Amino acid sequence: MAQAQASKFKNPVVNWIDSRLPIFTMLDHEYNHYPMPRNVNYLWAFGAIAGIMLVIMIATGLFLAMQYSSHTSLAFDSVERIMRDVNYGWLLRYVHANGASMFFIAVYIHMFRGLYYGSYKAPREILWILGVIIFLVMMGTAFMGYVLPWGQMSFWGATVITNLFSAFPIVGDPIVTLLWGGFSVDNPTLNRFFALHFLLPFVLLGLVILHTAALHVCGSNNPLGIDAKGPQDTVPFNPYVTLKDGFAVVMFLIVFAFFVFFMPNYLGHPDNYIPANPLVTPAHIVPEWYFLPFYAILRAIPDKLGGVIAMFGSIALLLALPWLDTSKVRSCKFRPIYRQFFWILAIDALVLGYAGAMPAEGSWLLIARIGTFYYFFHFLVLLPVLGKLERPLPLPNSISEAVLKGAHAKSMEKA
Amino acid sequence: MAQTTHPPGTGGHAASGDGSNRRDFLYLATGAVGVVGAASAAWPFISSMNPAADTLALASIDVDLAPVAEGQAITVTWRGKPVFVRHRNAKEIEQAKTVNLGELRDPVADEARVKKPEWLIVVGICTHLGCVPLGQKVTDPRGDFEGWFCPCHGSHYDTAGRIRKGPAPANLVVPTYAFTSDTKIRLG
Repeated sequence: MAQAQASKFKNPVVNWIDSRLPIFTMLDHEYNHYPMPRNVNYLWAFGAIAGIMLVIMIATGLFLAMQYSSHTSLAFDSVERIMRDVNYGWLLRYVHANGASMFFIAVYIHMFRGLYYGSYKAPREILWILGVIIFLVMMGTAFMGYVLPWGQMSFWGATVITNLFSAFPIVGDPIVTLLWGGFSVDNPTLNRFFALHFLLPFVLLGLVILHTAALHVCGSNNPLGIDAKGPQDTVPFNPYVTLKDGFAVVMFLIVFAFFVFFMPNYLGHPDNYIPANPLVTPAHIVPEWYFLPFYAILRAIPDKLGGVIAMFGSIALLLALPWLDTSKVRSCKFRPIYRQFFWILAIDALVLGYAGAMPAEGSWLLIARIGTFYYFFHFLVLLPVLGKLERPLPLPNSISEAVLKGAHAKSMEKA
Repeated sequence: MAQTTHPPGTGGHAASGDGSNRRDFLYLATGAVGVVGAASAAWPFISSMNPAADTLALASIDVDLAPVAEGQAITVTWRGKPVFVRHRNAKEIEQAKTVNLGELRDPVADEARVKKPEWLIVVGICTHLGCVPLGQKVTDPRGDFEGWFCPCHGSHYDTAGRIRKGPAPANLVVPTYAFTSDTKIRLG
């Protein structure tokens, strides 16, 4: 038993390590030879982009944490000191603050890609559920990070969000006191949020590893939504996908850099440059843009508990998505009716986001209510029913057949 | 250790008729003790997140009401929260008293919310999601019922601090206080 495993690597050092801990074999298997469907498009790069964003956030966050003080009397000034006095502090902070937005952009595109191409369907349910959990942990991390600068939006955002839990009968108020560590959002709250904001990214990293492991069990989905049947349907991950993803990452980082260097505060809120004041609520409390659709759902329901349940429910129902969608066909390419509703959902999410940024009055409230209704109607009624009623278009026999036939036809046209 | 080398299924007592045996019981009992142990170990961690002794040891504060003229309101900080003290005029008291309790979301008579009718003292935190409602200054919007208006999600409170319109589920909280003299109160 106690014998080194056989290893195929030529380098003796690599070989020696690999025969004792086969990490190189694993990497070679998962990131070199790993078969990717040959027809994946650039939307498939957003998983890698999100992964890069997590690394950037952990790296900048670590160095910001070395300069930050998590005490209510010091926090705001320590962030201003980072901006003015710390070498490249402005860069680290702007990369971190805008990085959160870019991380959410990447993840939202990644999620909508999964929705469009049915990447949540069997056998990828656990992969999808892990993704939803990653999304939830990300939201918690982002929320707590936004509290740390201890500006007006930090303070009142923390107050509003922690108060959500007070909606639950009996257990609500003790939970809120437990979250606060006092009678209001105060120093104990800031301290624990900093501790958790430091911890959760590493939890995310672990979840991302699980997410990737689950992905590599059944392989990536593809725009046709049919399984790869053999080597003719796939290309090796390296160099084909590493280069393609690499190019997409560079393009994405250009957009990211544009925000960091030319409009670093565009996605933030000016009120957060006012130090927190527990006695004055800003006129409009608005969360960061990536929470706006959920904020709109919260405000659309004219009942506190109902609003909170609808908001949490809107995310929780994503966990049940693999079973809500009754259609066996994965890709929207072959679902002519559902495809249209997919785009209505995408527009609905944008409308809800816009309504979430507006005051909850008059026509905006009505729009938010219609948007909220459609969101739940889409997932709870349309998806189960459409899967039964819709007649999907015929699926191609294989990826290579569909891809090569197109190429053949094109070369014929040219000739 | 030799006892543990029995083939599966023959360990401990022979299986009884209903399919459960001593080993199953031991598994369950061990598991139950483990759960109790884990919960006991978790308790100090969770409890440490609750308010600490110095946070709880909040002194009561004394507020002098003499400088607050009729129609004026002041905000004092108590336990890190704003407390609204409003010197109501006769019209406001009248409005608060004449409301039909049946149409209130959280029905409480005005008399039950004040110790002296001219002094309304409530915690200035919206019971919806914890914003500080507007209405302390005469120039503030006071909502449809001339009490307070919460700009965050549009809750309207009346001149007794009762919720009348909007998403908040309950009236503004009346804190524990007592009049120590005609013009002085002690909060807490």
